[in-house]
Amino acid sequence: MLHMVVCLKQVPMVSELPWDPATRTLQRDLAGGMINPACRSALEAALRLREIAGGKITAITMGPPMAEEVLREAIALGADRGVLLTDRRMAGADTFMTSYILARAIEKACPGFDLVLCGFATSDSETAQVGPQLAEELDIPGVAYVDEIEVSDHTVRMQRLADNFLETLEMDLPGLITVTGCVYVPRHVPLGGLQAAFAAADIVTLDAAALGLDPARLGAGGSATQILNVSSPTLGKKNIVLTGTPKKIVEQLFKQYDDKIGGAIGKDLKSDKKAS
Amino acid sequence: MSKKKKRALWVFGDYRNYFQNRVTLQLLSRARELAAKIDAEVCAVVFGYWTDEWVGDALSQNPTFCGVVGEYIAHGADKVYLTDHPRLAAYSMETYALLMERLARREAPEIILIGATTFGREFAPRVAKRLGTGLTADCIGLDITGEGLLLQVAPSFGGNLVAEIVTPDHRPQMATVRPGTFQEIPHDYVRTAEVVRVPLPKDLPADRVRLIRSEHRPMRGRKIENARVVVCGGRGMGSKKKFLKLFELAELLNGEVGATRPVVYADWADHDALVGQAGKHIKPQILFSFGISGAIQHTAACNDAKFVIAVNKNPHATMMKKADVAIVADAGQLCTALIQELKRRIR
Repeated sequence: MLHMVVCLKQVPMVSELPWDPATRTLQRDLAGGMINPACRSALEAALRLREIAGGKITAITMGPPMAEEVLREAIALGADRGVLLTDRRMAGADTFMTSYILARAIEKACPGFDLVLCGFATSDSETAQVGPQLAEELDIPGVAYVDEIEVSDHTVRMQRLADNFLETLEMDLPGLITVTGCVYVPRHVPLGGLQAAFAAADIVTLDAAALGLDPARLGAGGSATQILNVSSPTLGKKNIVLTGTPKKIVEQLFKQYDDKIGGAIGKDLKSDKKAS
Repeated sequence: MSKKKKRALWVFGDYRNYFQNRVTLQLLSRARELAAKIDAEVCAVVFGYWTDEWVGDALSQNPTFCGVVGEYIAHGADKVYLTDHPRLAAYSMETYALLMERLARREAPEIILIGATTFGREFAPRVAKRLGTGLTADCIGLDITGEGLLLQVAPSFGGNLVAEIVTPDHRPQMATVRPGTFQEIPHDYVRTAEVVRVPLPKDLPADRVRLIRSEHRPMRGRKIENARVVVCGGRGMGSKKKFLKLFELAELLNGEVGATRPVVYADWADHDALVGQAGKHIKPQILFSFGISGAIQHTAACNDAKFVIAVNKNPHATMMKKADVAIVADAGQLCTALIQELKRRIR
């Protein structure tokens, strides 16, 4: 019996989001959300481990109230319960603060947990920092970028590819793993799952006070880093636009750039070259 | 000694897989330029075993045989902190993080730079957490502000934006940088530097994660990072079958195939092919971009491409705006037409 905790982040479905110049953060609330792909793989890993070893899965997320959607989706996929961490004072949290909040929430809502699973990175910020920092904050062993997990008794064996080394690692539980999408390709929501998610879904909501968080550590003011300036990178290119049928376009492309392309690949691409 | 302690800029010595991973040398090179602006010294920090075997005589010997300590000195370190012990024979996350934390508390460096290798990307956030400081991941540029702060330039949150970030009040200021972002300086084997030997702490606990096996996987023969021509494909290719045509095109162009994150997630291409903030940085003479809208995580990794030819049905896609030649067409069809024309012309 494994008590697993899966950390999920809701990420925007689109890559371009309105920027709020006043707060210098993205207006995430304006985009449709989805479960971050790597977090889905972490949930998939938990579901497969439960099929083998038995146990229960708690899905946990931090975000605005609408982030409850990802917990319902997780329950539809097979998680047993959900924990939503939502509080205006948690908004704008950096990875340092996020790991602090998640750690206190896991201790509070999931006492006696065996394994924390996170996605290796999120698609919106890609820092890959929350998992390792959460392991530090919980003071448990942790391994990042894991492709495959095997559990026996209270030990997990993991495989990962790190800097061209295929590593097999082992740790005793409780522990934390961040998961890649190589092996744990997420399943689709089963029909029966939808009912579970929208009937009597077991979801609790906790705010900063319920978690006993230190108010001085919360909010964007608690962040060690500060954004000075944000710009859109431009390259100052000529930007020649070609249109028409593919055949016509390719003809035009070679007419203008056969030397350039030929030079880069070390071949003569002139069409009028004479057979020698 | 009444002399005020010199400010220090540290670079973590990430020597594993040394001949394929030169990010530490690249960071030392940039660190020297930054250090000159704040009158600081550049220090390399090395944990391992036998890393200094040749350091004593590296300066006069065949450069091929010098240890990593000697190599870091030759590439610009003014000082090397070295903990060399059999217990450090293999990379070990908790142990390395603890050693770095203790050393940083003792020596109080201004800045710590870490290569964004797989190890570095896990190591850096752990060290930052232990030291209670901030960290900017995957910087694409580093500089010093007028106030003497480390300016960390990084692609920002999902949008097509680049952010300039500082760590005003916390020390050290920390950043990770992808391999290939900076250029290493040529080695200079007559440089000398101080090597500070740091003993292994007596109370060092055993790492709670045990390494059972480690197998070196050689890199593919050709590397996309160094390719003169790269053919990148995105979701706009339409299907895995159409995406695979890019390999035929790349072959004709003596190039390599790159992919965006959605394509890697859809399993049209290996993770190895990922071009982006969390993947490979490329700097080809010519970049062909097929069906890529141009999210910042991708474009930040191809800003060094000399000449960009983008193909997309949507003329307003970011990638099309960034291109030298923007081709408004179906990416799959154009790929086929290009293959046919190239076959005709290459004889």
